[in-house]
Amino acid sequence: MATAALNRTGSIVRKPLVDLLDNRNVLSVICMAPAAILLLTFLTYPLGLGVWLGFTDTKIGRPGFFIGLENYISLFDDSVFWLVVFNTLLYTTVATVLKFGLGLYLALLLNNHLPFKAILRAIILLPWIVPTVLSAIAFWWIYDAQFSILSYMLQKMGLIDQYIDFLGKPNNARASLIAANVWRGIPFVAICLLAGLQTISPSLYEAAALDGATPWQRFRHVTMPMLMPILSIVLTFSVLFTFTDFQLIYAITRGGPVNSTHLMATLAFQRAIPGGQLGEGAAIATAMIPFLVAATLSSYFGLQRRKWQQGESDG
Amino acid sequence: MATVDIRGVHKAFGPTKVIHGVDISIEDEEFVVLVGPSGCGKSTLLRMIAGLEQISDGEIAIGGKVVNDVAPKDRDIAMVFQNYALYPHMTVYDNMAFSLKLRKAEKALIDQRVRQAADILGLNPYLERYPRQLSGGQRQRVAMGRAIVRDPQVFLFDEPLSNLDAKLRVQMRTEIKALHQRLKTTSIYVTHDQVEAMTMADRIVVMHDGIVEQVGSPLELYDNPANTFVAGFIGSPAMNFFQGTLRRNGGIWVEAEDGTKLPAPGNVGGSDGQKVVYGVRPEHLALAGGSSGVPAKVEVVEPTGADTLVFSKIAGVHTCAVFSERHDFRPGQEIKLQPRLDVVHLFDAASGQHL
Ligand SMILES: Nc1ncnc2c1ncn2[C@@H]1O[C@H](COP(=O)(O)OP(=O)(O)OP(=O)(O)O)[C@@H](O)[C@H]1O
Ligand SMILES: [Mg+2]
Repeated sequence: MATAALNRTGSIVRKPLVDLLDNRNVLSVICMAPAAILLLTFLTYPLGLGVWLGFTDTKIGRPGFFIGLENYISLFDDSVFWLVVFNTLLYTTVATVLKFGLGLYLALLLNNHLPFKAILRAIILLPWIVPTVLSAIAFWWIYDAQFSILSYMLQKMGLIDQYIDFLGKPNNARASLIAANVWRGIPFVAICLLAGLQTISPSLYEAAALDGATPWQRFRHVTMPMLMPILSIVLTFSVLFTFTDFQLIYAITRGGPVNSTHLMATLAFQRAIPGGQLGEGAAIATAMIPFLVAATLSSYFGLQRRKWQQGESDG
Repeated sequence: MATVDIRGVHKAFGPTKVIHGVDISIEDEEFVVLVGPSGCGKSTLLRMIAGLEQISDGEIAIGGKVVNDVAPKDRDIAMVFQNYALYPHMTVYDNMAFSLKLRKAEKALIDQRVRQAADILGLNPYLERYPRQLSGGQRQRVAMGRAIVRDPQVFLFDEPLSNLDAKLRVQMRTEIKALHQRLKTTSIYVTHDQVEAMTMADRIVVMHDGIVEQVGSPLELYDNPANTFVAGFIGSPAMNFFQGTLRRNGGIWVEAEDGTKLPAPGNVGGSDGQKVVYGVRPEHLALAGGSSGVPAKVEVVEPTGADTLVFSKIAGVHTCAVFSERHDFRPGQEIKLQPRLDVVHLFDAASGQHL
């Protein structure tokens, strides 16, 4: 009303450009543009290129031609590929379960009043701070067939007669890699869950104690439901990181023995770069997308704000 | 329903001593209010009764049974927390049913108890809501409902009304009192608001710096405060105090520091020349005419509608007087105020004890 009145008297005439900038839609496009351009260049382009390569027979040093689904068809008949899919699922599942079990346990411990709490928390974070490749080399030594400190100690304690061939046998190698991944992944899980635990008001535990809950019932009926929102976020991230793990595997076993520890990411790299088959490698990498989308979607739906977290009062 | 006996209870958090020997015995069906300034140890004492804090020394008995080493869940008490401590992920119904579910009570019994409590507290329309969807007053009721459903031996309240606005606080105060008259469960109620204490309590325990200053019914504390602390804490607006010297020549009176003569009752103890504190409540100062009364210089007049508060300076001390009739004194006006002698209190200046 005020503007209209002013316009009629002609004392203030707004410029069209200012009007345009005042428009919510125009403004939001302008504000989003930088981020959108960055994302398009640095995320979508490589992703698009990868997917495109998967449909070609590109080799290193030779531009390829579009060959449709041929790469995928040949992968479908490739027993190594299916072994690797199995490896990846096994690796992700077992490592995630262990990381969450142990991480939650550690977080619960650290949430109590412990002596030297600050130091303990710092120590817990250590595996995460060490560069992956460095810890991978350390694990390589720990798992070495002749110089393994683990075998040495077990033997001194009289638990084993001869050194364990950690990386030489398929199942040993799988277990060893999972152990290394769990070691590296626990800090992230433990610290995130600890942050979640600390948001739970102590008076809820006191109320539950007075209501007659045993420590287990307090965990089951107070801690777990209150921790669920953060737990599902951390779970998503952890699954994504583990599923796409590359560094640990490549530094410790390079997929061996006989492909038993190859994950989809390492196999894709193996075929594409040392093997030169860029197209096939890209196809393997692209085959990870459906798994990742499924994992993200399931946690997205699991993540949706639970009813009790919403504030609006209806009905 | 049970008695609660607190005998020689001490509490220390590491080196800091917080409660220095408290003895209170609470009768069955009694509503006792612990009142005192912030930090005096009220919550700590209540939490020791609940079993949420260790008892450093002394013992607490509920229903005649010493509970020092009994876990909170086995003490059969219910507590209403200041922040309500409702389980955010449970509906109102589930919040109230939780303790009974843990006890593996029958579904029908749980349902009956919860609905009964909801009826009493007017929570029926909200049973399916989550705590976040409730107003402060409704949450407060749910917290009480959770306690009622248990039908415990003792109710403990830790400042349950301090998060509510003034009007709702007065309303809930009455509701809690009515609830107690209906259920008759022994209740211990912590507050720092002396008006709440006066209006709700059968007996008030006044605490200060970890000790009990006085225990008594609200009117006992009002009429016969044991010392200057209780005298100043109970009653609103607070009692006026004047430092002075007791004189027994030419009647009994107190000479204030600037020489003003304050009239004292004839039956008062204490010797001539003793340093005393002279206390008189604002509602016990009357307007005097003629030559009687103590001269006062008006500073501020605050009409509240029902009463008129007159702040003036007597013997160099800021003094409050309450009149039920209306006055429009001007600031600076000289008036004369006459203390009602039968309700003037004299305290020993050194110990603070009533003479
Ligand atoms: N866990 C603790 N560790 C150390 N000191 C504590 C602890 N809890 C309470 N205190 C101290 O004990 C004293 C009494 O605390 P308490 O909470 O009982 O006071 P209060 O009377 O309830 O006060 P308010 O009216 O502010 O709630 C305070 O000085 C407080 O600093
Ligand atoms: Mg308190």
